[in-house]
Amino acid sequence: MPGAETLNRTPLFARHEEAGAKLVPFAGWEMPVQYAGIGAEHRAVREHAGVFDVSHMGEVETRGPQAQAFLQHVLSNEIRRIPEGGAQYGLLCREDGGVLDDLFTYRLADGTYLTVTNAANHARDTAWLQEHAGEFDVDVLDVADRFAMLAVQGPAARAIVSALADGVLPSRMHACERDVAGVPALVAGTGYTGEDGVELLLDPGGAEAVWDALLAAGAAPAGLAARDTLRLEVCFHLYGNDLMEERGPIEAGLGWACKEDTGFIGAEAVRAARTAGPVERLVPFVIDGPGIPRQGNPVVGGGEVTSGTMSPSLGVGIGMAYVPAERAEPGTRLQIDVRGKVRDAIVKEKPLYRKDPNP
Amino acid sequence: MAEASYPEDLLYHPEHDWARVEGQDATFGITWYAQDQLGEVVFFEPPDVGSTVTKDEPYAEVESVKAVSDVFAPLSGEIVAVNEALGENPEQINDDPYGDGWMVRIKLSDPSERDGLLSVDAYTSSLE
Repeated sequence: MPGAETLNRTPLFARHEEAGAKLVPFAGWEMPVQYAGIGAEHRAVREHAGVFDVSHMGEVETRGPQAQAFLQHVLSNEIRRIPEGGAQYGLLCREDGGVLDDLFTYRLADGTYLTVTNAANHARDTAWLQEHAGEFDVDVLDVADRFAMLAVQGPAARAIVSALADGVLPSRMHACERDVAGVPALVAGTGYTGEDGVELLLDPGGAEAVWDALLAAGAAPAGLAARDTLRLEVCFHLYGNDLMEERGPIEAGLGWACKEDTGFIGAEAVRAARTAGPVERLVPFVIDGPGIPRQGNPVVGGGEVTSGTMSPSLGVGIGMAYVPAERAEPGTRLQIDVRGKVRDAIVKEKPLYRKDPNP
Repeated sequence: MAEASYPEDLLYHPEHDWARVEGQDATFGITWYAQDQLGEVVFFEPPDVGSTVTKDEPYAEVESVKAVSDVFAPLSGEIVAVNEALGENPEQINDDPYGDGWMVRIKLSDPSERDGLLSVDAYTSSLE
């Protein structure tokens, strides 16, 4: 582990300290894990609005005449289907189908593409992309230093950002340039919480002004811990937990984000896995009774928990686990070995938490 | 409990546990520092009445959203009562670590073990 002196800091580091955040090392960055408390931050996002500093995430810009063809070669989803101003989720795979990263790609108005990487994978992703760009007429640029990133999430998030913006906000899975609190930003209708909201990619120099304006408008600062409980309740994958090089997209339940006919790197392996059916599948589950499952807990009879927590919304232990495919059907009962205590669990449909449509 | 507090009538264990010794019996819990480090406690499963605990050994686990932490016995003995309310309301460990957040009551097997525990001054200076 690198020492504290080698950790990167986001442009909002001073704001986090002022807000009383608990700061922890995360993927080479010194990041706020919580402010007021995980429960309060989680509820703020589910019930009103929270703002996350996710400036640790990386960005790669792809530009040039063959930008689309190149991205189609390396990314699993169908890049040509991204409209101008659109966003798409996809995977970066190895030749054998192992997942190198999961990422969002935005097609900007000028024909360039912006791909957002996970912080821990950014250097590897960038090297991989540049290495495979050789035969294409493209420039692949590491532009992580050019952006701070804020996620504003929750039922009130759009109204809060809208009041600070100089134009209409993009719809879900779209992105456009707007001034937010006077700062030029790429506003994207994406997120990682299961709530409505936007993500803002902006100049690091303007990050404090936007942060301050969002807080003044009622968004609660929320840390990485709440981000994790929020995403797990809606079963979004976390790279390094639920996705890894040793696992492929099909067993991870991400076959929908793979279009093998495009011939992307790893397509043949993914096609073979889809045809044969995976040996194990990633399933969401809830604990039936007491106990909190944790990453690494074995599933009795085969398999392993990859993410686990106490769900603040549901009040029970929840998680995701790779289990033998024949035990992946919703309703299947599992037993999980939580540090020597066997806890009963039930395989569920995604998502584990769904907003009451008639609150 | 927002403000740090360490009652003077308790004995402390370096693993951030406290003991309130009353004759042959003692009540155990975790200190303000321990609950503050852990954050919001979301799960505590009391051990079984009748089981034995050994000084310096874990006898239970306390969990926040992010972490699991062992709870160490400051003294040895047999558990005669457990705080069942913590099963439903583990947040009492945060709200009142020395009162409603108590964890177990034990009959001491060797009351002289208390001589190995820390006074409030020794414990609080260890936190600095």
